[in-house]
Amino acid sequence: MRIDLNGAATEIVARTLADALAELGYGGNALATALNGQFVPAALRADTPLRDGDRVEVLAPMQGG
Amino acid sequence: MRLYDVDLGSRLLLGTAQYPSPQVLTDAIAASGCEVITVSLRRESVGVAGTNGFWPLVQATGARILPNTAGCHSAQEAVTTARMAREVFGTDWIKLEVIGNADTLQPDPFALVEAARILCAEGFEVFPYTTEDLIVAERLLDAGCRVLMPWGAPIGSGRGLRQPDALASMRGYFPDVPLIVDAGIGAPSQAAQAMELGFDAVLLNTAVARAGDPVAMARAFGQAVAAGRLAHEAGLMPPRDMAVPSTPVLGMADLRPGGLA
Repeated sequence: MRIDLNGAATEIVARTLADALAELGYGGNALATALNGQFVPAALRADTPLRDGDRVEVLAPMQGG
Repeated sequence: MRLYDVDLGSRLLLGTAQYPSPQVLTDAIAASGCEVITVSLRRESVGVAGTNGFWPLVQATGARILPNTAGCHSAQEAVTTARMAREVFGTDWIKLEVIGNADTLQPDPFALVEAARILCAEGFEVFPYTTEDLIVAERLLDAGCRVLMPWGAPIGSGRGLRQPDALASMRGYFPDVPLIVDAGIGAPSQAAQAMELGFDAVLLNTAVARAGDPVAMARAFGQAVAAGRLAHEAGLMPPRDMAVPSTPVLGMADLRPGGLA
């Protein structure tokens, strides 16, 4: 299916958020995820199904003021 | 200084963006003496996962982390960002920014209060980036905020305290609320001015990161903040409209050629 990953159209095979992160190569880094504008806690990623057209945000610590 | 039940020795909070190198950032944090640093969350690129060395770097500084919601333009975006930040950074602290105008980066006070109410109810310890407006400040306190962060000047402008009288009123009106001047500080003298007004702390970033020598500037800000606080505690003299001689006039010699007669 095709999802919107951090603003870019991305083809994935995975059916859940947790599997998608693994498929895309996000390792065990400090990451936070959101699906269609809603925060998805790490513990719920495996139980969060993805559908075609979903917007997924994967965020990491960055410099800030 | 105590912020949300945490005792801190330094009254300077430092941002981590725009430094010329990671090493300069860590050296500047150390030189400033600050114990709280601000960070953000941004998109992590596919394929470079694991290359983000920023998080281990800031963890190694030992500083307390204050994540921000920079760039959010709605309460909903800010709330979602705060929830994500709490999980990644493992802290209830959140610097709540809800921007109302892309050019001035001034806070949207309505969305700010709305987001603060939601986050405080969820147990966040909110540091709202606000204006010097007293009614907005009251609403933020009603929402559950126990710290307020009025701006000195627009973010990144380095203009210092644009409304010193309004900031002084705010200090007087909320004597027991920790108040931090956040944004717009460009020089150590401006940070000292905020501290002399009785503010509890200052938060700045660009003035250090963009200095010719950020590490030296970080030290300068640390000293200015400490000096300004000490001056506030010492009690500043009241201003006078006319000159008053500081040297005693009693005992002045009469050195005029003809004397008094």
